[in-house]
Amino acid sequence: MKPINEISSVLTPLDRKNVDTDQIISKEFLKRIERTGFGEFLFYHWRFNADGTPNKDFVLNDPRFQHSEILVAQENFGCGSSREHAPWAILDYGFRVVIAPSYADIFYNNCVKNGILPIRLEEAEVAVLLEKGKQSPYRLDVDLKNQTVTAEDGVSYSFDIDPYWKEMLLNGWDEIALTIQYDSYIQAYEEKMQQAQ
Amino acid sequence: MAKTIIEKIWEQHIVFEEPGKPDLLYIDLHLLHEVTSPQAFEGLRLNGRKVRRPDLCFATMDHNVPTRNRSVIKDPISRKQIKTLQENCDEFGVPLAGINHPDQGIVHVIGPELGLTQPGKTIVCGDSHTSTHGAFGALAFGIGTSEVEHVLSTQTLWQSKPKTMEIRIDGELGFGVSAKDVILAVISKFGVDMGTGHIIEYTGEAIRNLSMEERMTICNMSIEAGARAGLVSPDETTVEYLRGRRNVPEGEAFEKEAGRWLALATDEGASYDVSHTIHADDISPFVTWGTNPSMGSGIAESVPKAADYDKQEDKDALRQALAYMQLEEGAPLSSIAIQHVFIGSCTNARLSDLRAASEIVKGRTVHPSVTAIVVPGSETVKRAAEAEGLDQVFLQAGFEWRETGCSMCLAMNEDAVPAGERCASTSNRNFEGRQGAGSMTHLVSPVMAAAAAIEGHLTDVRNYMKEPVPSA
Repeated sequence: MKPINEISSVLTPLDRKNVDTDQIISKEFLKRIERTGFGEFLFYHWRFNADGTPNKDFVLNDPRFQHSEILVAQENFGCGSSREHAPWAILDYGFRVVIAPSYADIFYNNCVKNGILPIRLEEAEVAVLLEKGKQSPYRLDVDLKNQTVTAEDGVSYSFDIDPYWKEMLLNGWDEIALTIQYDSYIQAYEEKMQQAQ
Repeated sequence: MAKTIIEKIWEQHIVFEEPGKPDLLYIDLHLLHEVTSPQAFEGLRLNGRKVRRPDLCFATMDHNVPTRNRSVIKDPISRKQIKTLQENCDEFGVPLAGINHPDQGIVHVIGPELGLTQPGKTIVCGDSHTSTHGAFGALAFGIGTSEVEHVLSTQTLWQSKPKTMEIRIDGELGFGVSAKDVILAVISKFGVDMGTGHIIEYTGEAIRNLSMEERMTICNMSIEAGARAGLVSPDETTVEYLRGRRNVPEGEAFEKEAGRWLALATDEGASYDVSHTIHADDISPFVTWGTNPSMGSGIAESVPKAADYDKQEDKDALRQALAYMQLEEGAPLSSIAIQHVFIGSCTNARLSDLRAASEIVKGRTVHPSVTAIVVPGSETVKRAAEAEGLDQVFLQAGFEWRETGCSMCLAMNEDAVPAGERCASTSNRNFEGRQGAGSMTHLVSPVMAAAAAIEGHLTDVRNYMKEPVPSA
């Protein structure tokens, strides 16, 4: 996966809570057997009207937020289905960072395994970002190494991240290759279990 | 020190631990289906890796399969996904219950049926409803496709130890109240993210009195409360369900295993990070009116009003949900007309669900404005139901009796609710468009779905049931 450290971009304000992965990527697009090509279907039923024309009221269709790499939403982002097609769609569309007060557990894991940085900020902080981001394009500098988000007006926030996931994201490591280095432990566990039977 | 079952299973599965890192956990059973596995197998191929323990994997096809005519998969992309799973299983030696196999069914229905699901196991699947298997006292959770690939390759996962949460249901469930009502009531009371970062253990008298199939319904929807997993400590009900099943030991070996299972139960005096209690008396037959599973109420109630909520964001969420659901604030729930009924899914498509629904349906007729389908959870369930004549009860009432699969729960196959139409559904998610673009879902129990099919609108199933006379 692609390493991630510093991202500078205007934010896209998605002012909703409990955004589920069915909305992020709808089931009719889950049939592809590749990891790529999902971006055009991101938030499909919010982005497009029933006749296929863009829904002008939806934030992703707002020309001010084109090429944004930072998606900001309310709490419990990514709830519901475990489909990894959701982060694949977010990444393929062009986002590298999501900011929200909280995430569903499986979605969070799926993000960090795909080089997407999911940042948790306080609810009040996210509310400020959403408000400012809706008023006018609002640029953020995200710095994973220092665990900070700095806005264009100088306001700065710090965030927590598990050091394990941080290393993975900074280096873009293949987790399976890392785990294979623990093969002797896995073998020992399997032998112990076999003897116990 | 007294321990919860969650801590016991976790500790037994640690392959490697180091401060400041997640634990490396061993996985005992890996279930696979056609939608979330192709990219994982492709990843193995690209890196020249193999499946470490194909004997600990089991695959089936459920999300995409047609429920009318098995031999015709109209959508070429669905067909390709199903064919791809067949090829991957052949190539990597993974056991598969394919589309025409007698064991085929929804992955979370067949695991327990085949005795693959057992107490104390760590079980994963690229599907959030893997929590279902927790009913057996297993630590079972949904994973993404990268994690599927990781488990295929290493039979392990890096996992940070979650917090523990007890949901205690005291007392006895009332007349007409089913397991589905219990879990919908829990999620409604505590919210869709109450369980984030936690594993839930369901305890209390009401849970103890449930059958294994009812416990599966409850654990199934743990993910709808945001929990990674939900489980019930094993007891005699668990042991008796598993006795004689394929893939469990026989004779003395079974008794020994059963003793080990029972010892996993949470110790007296063990503590949880969080505990919640609900009294069974406070739970009535439930329906959802909104666009997530916490947006529900007892059938006798009405759609909430924005004025009922204090926080602006909750008022906004209500308005967004009602706009999608085409419902007015304050409308009585029993006035909501439905056009579709779906009895199926990994939540409520087991034999006991079909039996309960058939009792309501027997001798009655589906309302003329309703299309109602029954999709059994597995081939095994279907055969057993047909042996009892349940198919005839449903067919005579005007239901369609279909082949097995996930079907209208997520409408990845051709079973979809049309835009602007409403479905009373025994499934687990009422998200926008879940059952088809523009469709509206009301989650209910199997008996509530059956009663709605007959009335043509949401209704209190207790009016269709005879209250048992208390024995002297």
